Amino acid sequence: MRIGLVCPYSWDVPGGVQQHVGDLADALIARGHEVSILAPVGDRPVELPDHLVPAGRPVPVPYNGSVARLSFGPRTAARVRKWITRGDFDVVHIHEPAAPSVSLLACWVAEGPLVGTFHTANPRSRAMAAGSHALRSALEKIHARIAVSEAARRTLVEHIGGDAVLIPNGVAVRRFADAPPLPGFPGEGGSIGFLGRLDEPRKGLAVLLEAFALLAPRRPGLRLLVAGPGDPGPALAAVPDRLRDRVVLTGRLDDADKIRAYHSTDLFCAPNLGGESFGIVLTEAMAAGAAILASDIPAFEAVLDGGVAGETFAVGDAADLARRADALLDDPARRDALSRAARLTVRAYDWDTVAADIVHVYETVLPGDAAALLPGPGSRGNT
Amino acid sequence: MIEDVLVVFVVIGAVLTMIACGFYASWRATRLHRLHRRVDLSRAGLRAALERRRAVTADLVRELGPTAGAELGAAVTAADGGEPTESELSRELRRTLATAALRTGDIAALLPDVASAAKGVHLARVFHNAAVADTHRARRSRVVRLLRLAGGAPLPDFYEIDDRPPDIPVPVPSPDTM
Repeated sequence: MRIGLVCPYSWDVPGGVQQHVGDLADALIARGHEVSILAPVGDRPVELPDHLVPAGRPVPVPYNGSVARLSFGPRTAARVRKWITRGDFDVVHIHEPAAPSVSLLACWVAEGPLVGTFHTANPRSRAMAAGSHALRSALEKIHARIAVSEAARRTLVEHIGGDAVLIPNGVAVRRFADAPPLPGFPGEGGSIGFLGRLDEPRKGLAVLLEAFALLAPRRPGLRLLVAGPGDPGPALAAVPDRLRDRVVLTGRLDDADKIRAYHSTDLFCAPNLGGESFGIVLTEAMAAGAAILASDIPAFEAVLDGGVAGETFAVGDAADLARRADALLDDPARRDALSRAARLTVRAYDWDTVAADIVHVYETVLPGDAAALLPGPGSRGNT
Repeated sequence: MIEDVLVVFVVIGAVLTMIACGFYASWRATRLHRLHRRVDLSRAGLRAALERRRAVTADLVRELGPTAGAELGAAVTAADGGEPTESELSRELRRTLATAALRTGDIAALLPDVASAAKGVHLARVFHNAAVADTHRARRSRVVRLLRLAGGAPLPDFYEIDDRPPDIPVPVPSPDTM
């Protein structure tokens, strides 16, 4: 099958949707399909895959609670048109179709069957308020809608109407399974890990720092590994100066070091406050076999299989986080059990499984399937 | 003289407005046509998915033999694409495959196909109903009703069945390949 994937966010900036599209492309290529990705690409130096077609330079736009880098306008539209015409795709798969970027442009331009994946789960997202005819006319062209989580599906049903099938985000389990810890970790006194943007309040770093300030005086060797780009800003003030050197800030990590970070700590913490649709960070940590302590937001409860694959604490509650982390740090047997359960649960999210489901969606919407009704050669029988 | 110029302007204005309205109506008609085509395709996809599930289930019935497969066989014979009979087939598939003893040997080899066919029905039904919902919304619009943009096309129906697939464990890669 010739498949065109459209990603609305700038490829040179790390993000959940970009990673989803990149991994999906790899998984589809591994299954023998031809894939081309269309995405905006900014100025940051980054290695682009061969099958990526740049759609122009993005501009930063506040979108869905963070700053997204999007491309829009007549020149971008012309590139989208050219990509679709030259691509001659069997199916065009658009990610976050309502995003005012190449995704929306591709909806307007494309004529064949479209597949759309909705990632956002934000009840107040303005871009999802599909009142306008222009947006409605674009979304009407999507023959198959996929939501990556129950929360994303609910957002879609409430703001756009109609249903979607649920296919979770994938994780390249094998890539995360084994890696040496970062130098000096986990260390004698134990350690807790965090991974995500430091300057986005909804990632919840402030709650974790507050909990660390409660824990650290009682546990002399305990360290906190904070991996991710951005400036922690005033959140760091929660940690008193004398404990500050036990908070290790790594800054942005490359992919290999990110995987090592998941293997570096005794406990991995995801303190997110909400606005999280799925929790890629959790499936990655699960694939690495980390013992997980996460906030009890619905998206995380779902991925952790109701507490089987990791423990949860009351969202935003630093005292509860500190109490549970304390207990887990003292209980290596429990951490081992969580780690094993995580590795087992994450298999349902392996890209092999997820990509097979997505190909099944493609086969369902291809017009060839109508021909399969008729007997005789030429019918596209999908096995 | 001035009146003449005024009349010309009014006429030009009226013509431009009519052209704009025409373009708008034509755009709405194109959208509606596209929606109707989408419903046709999704209905064909749904029929194909139901057809495939019946074929795969018939294979399963043959493997199960006349005793174990009797009720499932009756359900698959009765299934005719209608909502009640296809729902019954879903239920019968779940009931039959809940018996773990039936999941051995040649039957086990068929199970991935059964799981995939059952999931295919769910996918096709969700996509079809979304297409129907979008069409219903478009047909409710005042412009569409006033100008009769839908022509004589019948209003498509939702397809509501119990399509919960049987509980078949996904084959997972063994730990040594992870």
